[in-house]
Amino acid sequence: MTVRIHVPADSAAASVGADQVAARLAIEIERAGLDARIVRTGSRGLFWLEPMIEIETAAGPIAYGPVAPADIPGLLAAGLIDGGAHPLRLGPTAAIPYLARQERLTFARCGAIDPVSVDDYRARGGFKGLERALAMKPIEIVEEVTASGLRGRGGAGFPTGIKWRTVLGATADQKHIVCNADEGDSGTFADRMLMEGDPMLLIEGMAIAGLAVGATQGWIYIRSEYPRAVTTFTRAVEACRRAGILGAKVGGTGPAFDITVRMGAGAYVCGEETSLLESLEGKRALVRFKPPLPALKGLFGKPTVINNVLSFAAVPTILADGAKAYADYGMGRSRGTLPFQLAGNIKFGGLVEKAFGMTLGEAIHDFGGGTRSGRPVRAVQVGGPLGAYFPADHLDTPLDYEAFAARKGMLGHGGIVVFDDSVDMAEQARFAFEFCAKESCGKCTPCRIGSTRGRETIEKVIRGEAVERNLALVDDLCRTMTDASLCALGGLTPYPVLSAIEHFPEDFDRAPARVAAE
Amino acid sequence: MHRGQVSGWDAAVASRIIEARRQEPGAMLPILHDLQETFGYVDRAALPLIADALNLSRAEVHGVVSFYHDFRSEPAGRTQVKICRGEACQAVGCRELAAAAERRHGLTLGETSPAGDLTLEEVFCLGNCALGPAVQVDGESHGRVTPDVLDALIATSRSRGHA
Ligand SMILES: Cc1cc2nc3c(=O)[nH]c(=O)nc-3n(C[C@H](O)[C@H](O)[C@H](O)COP(=O)(O)O)c2cc1C
Ligand code: SF4
Ligand code: FES
Repeated sequence: MTVRIHVPADSAAASVGADQVAARLAIEIERAGLDARIVRTGSRGLFWLEPMIEIETAAGPIAYGPVAPADIPGLLAAGLIDGGAHPLRLGPTAAIPYLARQERLTFARCGAIDPVSVDDYRARGGFKGLERALAMKPIEIVEEVTASGLRGRGGAGFPTGIKWRTVLGATADQKHIVCNADEGDSGTFADRMLMEGDPMLLIEGMAIAGLAVGATQGWIYIRSEYPRAVTTFTRAVEACRRAGILGAKVGGTGPAFDITVRMGAGAYVCGEETSLLESLEGKRALVRFKPPLPALKGLFGKPTVINNVLSFAAVPTILADGAKAYADYGMGRSRGTLPFQLAGNIKFGGLVEKAFGMTLGEAIHDFGGGTRSGRPVRAVQVGGPLGAYFPADHLDTPLDYEAFAARKGMLGHGGIVVFDDSVDMAEQARFAFEFCAKESCGKCTPCRIGSTRGRETIEKVIRGEAVERNLALVDDLCRTMTDASLCALGGLTPYPVLSAIEHFPEDFDRAPARVAAE
Repeated sequence: MHRGQVSGWDAAVASRIIEARRQEPGAMLPILHDLQETFGYVDRAALPLIADALNLSRAEVHGVVSFYHDFRSEPAGRTQVKICRGEACQAVGCRELAAAAERRHGLTLGETSPAGDLTLEEVFCLGNCALGPAVQVDGESHGRVTPDVLDALIATSRSRGHA
């Protein structure tokens, strides 16, 4: 029987040579006349082992990595296609401790299947949630999602079921499902990995949302920095159309549902939901005032469900296995699992899907192996560029929405960015203002102008000019931004700035500037 | 993305691109992306054509084009390098990488060389945050990039372009 060899086509795996590995492997298989076929998959998310390849054996997949093109003749000689012994052999994929200790619901299939094959997806349990939803009334689907406790994974953590109920309750000739795939937060890559590795899970989730609220049109807005995600997701949509899953009868028997893929154009603010809707409508992406809520007046003025990639991707599992099975994971009001992303100065960077509740320190040390540089962890930024910087003594914080809020931080999209003791926190605070100034949509003055003033003021602190007075000015500016910004870009930029000042005061205590000595 | 498929502005080609999309709801961004993909930039001469097709004023179209970081009004260099400046890449030395690239090529981020062979740009996150410092060269991602690796990538792109 033809042996399947899996080689990731994930863009992070490709960034360290996976395409070259696949090309060389194809040549060597041909040359040796082996009965093997290369399947390009997503990534398992163990990035220090990429490019990691897997052989499908009767006993399950066996992994090897990190593989360089030059390793391939040796690997084949060692009996790669039978799972043979070799220094790069990692053993059965499922037994690799980093993976074995996870609780993968959303990412269970990522890296294990051909992402654009309907058959692969179905063979691994795909479309079970959609099938069940097709037999349910819309309100029953909404209630199932509500009972699961699922909260939006895009940052704000708003209960998904409540949002859907509002859209279901609205009457209109047309409703929309919009997927926010603008994933602009630094330190996050879960949405990208899912779109490149298991896009049909997201398609299934969006289709279930369509059934739940009575929407026939779906849209996905993918950022342009992710060209492979755009390509793979588009191919997956086409494959689902050919298989009759999308189109005139969703899942073959339901009402109409189809998905249009749109690409962003390099503006961080388009991740904000109303800005994203403006962008989809073809306008400058200025944030809208709320109300009206998008649930009532969203895309093209119609009732719209807008959710993050991971929120939609959680839904098929909830429908297939039941709300309770999902809600049994987690702590407090944070139910289910969250795919955390370990990034920055970290030894074993990658994707860790776990129930809420593990501590930040467990994620960084038990999974991440500490810093890549080997130096002590000094600061950790969780939740993207608007998230707070935590010092090392906050590593006992559980990964849970409320626990983070209690320490003036936020979990956001689950991105964990580690810095070692060489980091200059005044420079990080300066950057937070710079980022806000560059990415502001320009609608409100505190965000548009305040961020530029903030950057200038921190630069004065860095130069040692009137440090105390300038830090007081920063504090004042931050208060204005918090109180008077329309959206979280201006409203949360004070988080990284103030947390840096609060937890790392020594970095702001600059020697007074030397005035011209002569 | 980077280099256009067509060299030089061509009003007839642009009109066909616009016509093919104009009926789509919210057609503006797809049209701008298609124009940029084809020509490598969005020529000023395209604005009145888009305005006509979508029933908008030229000022409105200009407002959209200038809002988004992706759309450029001048062609980019033949090799286009985007260096990530997001926090995860900062934690592993992207500031030093960017500074080295600027020094070696005599450009600051955002500039194109006078000979038109190289554009250096900044980007905030490529979704490769576990393998930083990350860059994209002509649309392809690269991870754990050092100044020397970046130079080699630029050299490879150049030799490919001149082959
Ligand atoms: C500046 C800014 C950027 C945002 N970026 C994203 C993003 O990239 N992806 C995302 O899903 N949500 C993002 N959000 C949150 C969205 O506005 C919105 O809360 C979310 O898409 C709702 O989906 P959810 O309920 O599934 O989380 C951002 C918000 C702000 C203020
Ligand atoms: S806070 Fe900034 S990004 Fe948000 S609406 Fe105001 S100006 Fe726009
Ligand atoms: S921060 Fe550089 S790739 Fe994400």
